[in-house]
Amino acid sequence: MSLKTYREAINEALLQEMKKDENVVVIGEDVAGGAGTNGEQDAWGGVLGVTKGLLKHFGRERVIDTPITETAIMGMASGAALTGLRPVAELMFVDFMGVCFDQILNQTAKFRYMFGGKAVTPLTIRTMYGGGLRAASQHSQCLYPMFTHVPGIKVVVPSNPYDAKGLLTQSIRDNDPVIFMEHKNLYDLSGDVPDESYSIPFGEANFTREGKDITFIGMGQTVDICNKVADTLKKEGKTSTVLDLRTLSPLDEDSILEASEETGKVVIVDESYPRCNIATDISALICQNSFDSLKAGIKMVTPPHTPVPFSPPLEDLYLPSEEKVLSAAKEIL
Amino acid sequence: MQLSREELIKAYTGMCMIREFDDAVHYEFAADAMPGFVHLYVGEEASAMGICMNLNEKDTIASTHRGHGHCIAKGCDVTDMMKELYGKKDGICGGKGGSMHIADLSKGMLGANGIVGGGPPIVLGAALTYKTKKTNNVSVGFFGDGASNQGSISESMNMATVLKLPAIFVCEDNGYAESTAREYAVGGSILDRGKAFGLDSHEVDGDNFFEVYDAAKQVIENARNGKGPALLHIKTSKVYGHFEGDAISYRTKEENERIKNDEDPLKIFKKKVTESGLLELSQLEALEEEAKGKIKIAIEESKKAEFPSAKDLLTDVYIKY
Repeated sequence: MSLKTYREAINEALLQEMKKDENVVVIGEDVAGGAGTNGEQDAWGGVLGVTKGLLKHFGRERVIDTPITETAIMGMASGAALTGLRPVAELMFVDFMGVCFDQILNQTAKFRYMFGGKAVTPLTIRTMYGGGLRAASQHSQCLYPMFTHVPGIKVVVPSNPYDAKGLLTQSIRDNDPVIFMEHKNLYDLSGDVPDESYSIPFGEANFTREGKDITFIGMGQTVDICNKVADTLKKEGKTSTVLDLRTLSPLDEDSILEASEETGKVVIVDESYPRCNIATDISALICQNSFDSLKAGIKMVTPPHTPVPFSPPLEDLYLPSEEKVLSAAKEIL
Repeated sequence: MQLSREELIKAYTGMCMIREFDDAVHYEFAADAMPGFVHLYVGEEASAMGICMNLNEKDTIASTHRGHGHCIAKGCDVTDMMKELYGKKDGICGGKGGSMHIADLSKGMLGANGIVGGGPPIVLGAALTYKTKKTNNVSVGFFGDGASNQGSISESMNMATVLKLPAIFVCEDNGYAESTAREYAVGGSILDRGKAFGLDSHEVDGDNFFEVYDAAKQVIENARNGKGPALLHIKTSKVYGHFEGDAISYRTKEENERIKNDEDPLKIFKKKVTESGLLELSQLEALEEEAKGKIKIAIEESKKAEFPSAKDLLTDVYIKY
């Protein structure tokens, strides 16, 4: 066990799985960097350095730099998974799904069903998402609801370094296509991470706080906000349950209902656009299954229904924050 | 071209099976006996057989919405395919795919495809597997003149060259993207697009089995030997319309007659092999009858077969969820 950042935890999972299984290959734009240049090889290791260092262990045959060609990357990774490799493809920013979604939506996600259960597609797509870096409308979105909508793919949203390593290991070993979503604001977050390899099963949400007055449900970066608000409320004498969903597909419905029923007061914090997002989905789930246990209307803290703005004060206003979550909690406490 | 008698018989048998299969589907569909919609390959048989006779069982192909011919040429069972078209439980995909999603991974058939231009990116992946595992297999991606205008095709050709993949791109150019003519929709030339991306690119007469076979043999051997990807631009024509029910009013009567009478790959094959004394006419006619018989049985068995049950609705989405 040692202190590692979210970035280092992801890198270590890749390194260990590539060492363990020679069928694991990394595919994407600048995943090593410097291809074809006379300068430094492994110049970037991914645009934010997450895959740095893999090249020296595995060479360009397994750390495959591609042109900027997302459709071909996603198609190639899908076809490789279908025929015997275990690829980890990188979609640099999730926003770029717009140029390659067919290969995910209509090909990979549907192989198994369309082909009558005969296809096995052990594909992991790593992608960066989320706001806070002043990256504006095309590099800041939280598009996971667009993936959870599609049967046949799994969606993973780790909130901390420990989960990032364990869930990525599980994603690579999993025989279904997985979208592994890395919040770009979390890369420098540190936490205790075992040095040895381990995996965390999908569909098991994590209770990070247990309490009796109010329940917060978060995913990815919003888990940290929920934890902080819970700690603030504790100083005021109110105890909170906080549930980190960890995976959005499969969704741990039992834990969501359990967390909700524990307190009867629920705040869901979701950084994705507010229409048809995870918060609305969970809210419907709770209302359908344990309406009688609710003591107040469910609160959803999400951005407004606008693109992500660039200007720092506007983006700060846009994103869910501790202040917004605390204020939502106080309305029902 | 140096093909043995056995190989010639295999070629004609395959073309007859494709012809009979899709002709039968044409009549069944018109009689309202078949669900969904279907796109028929009649008139393009020489392409599928000319390419696939150069492939072994471990080589792979990805097909198109007009995929029955490719499936048969790659060895898929015609009765299982026909059951799939009827949506039956014992269909090749359990009735969950239908005409546009026929796949048999055990035969190297990676799927027909309902998305125009959807297959070639997948072929890149199969080719990457062969390159990484150092097998000498190849993967072939079929697409049409319509798909040639999709970005997925350009991206795939470029990636294949950049990574020097054993991938073959086969553009079956039947002159029409739905009801729109190639002359209207394709800027520049499909062949030149292949060349521009650095592919070994050839134009081939798709009505002539032997031309397709020879061209495919060359580029497939090269790809097996690590010499990289290629494009075959196969000029062909289809007898029926885009889908069944298409009145084909965008083609003239003369053109339809010409396609049927002068551009029929089976007639052209038959003429060549009988004139050169390679095979007897009676032999070829026997193969035609045999194919007719097999397809008749396939249809009878498919009609009798069971539909999937309610529990089948929820299976095969994930391996483990």
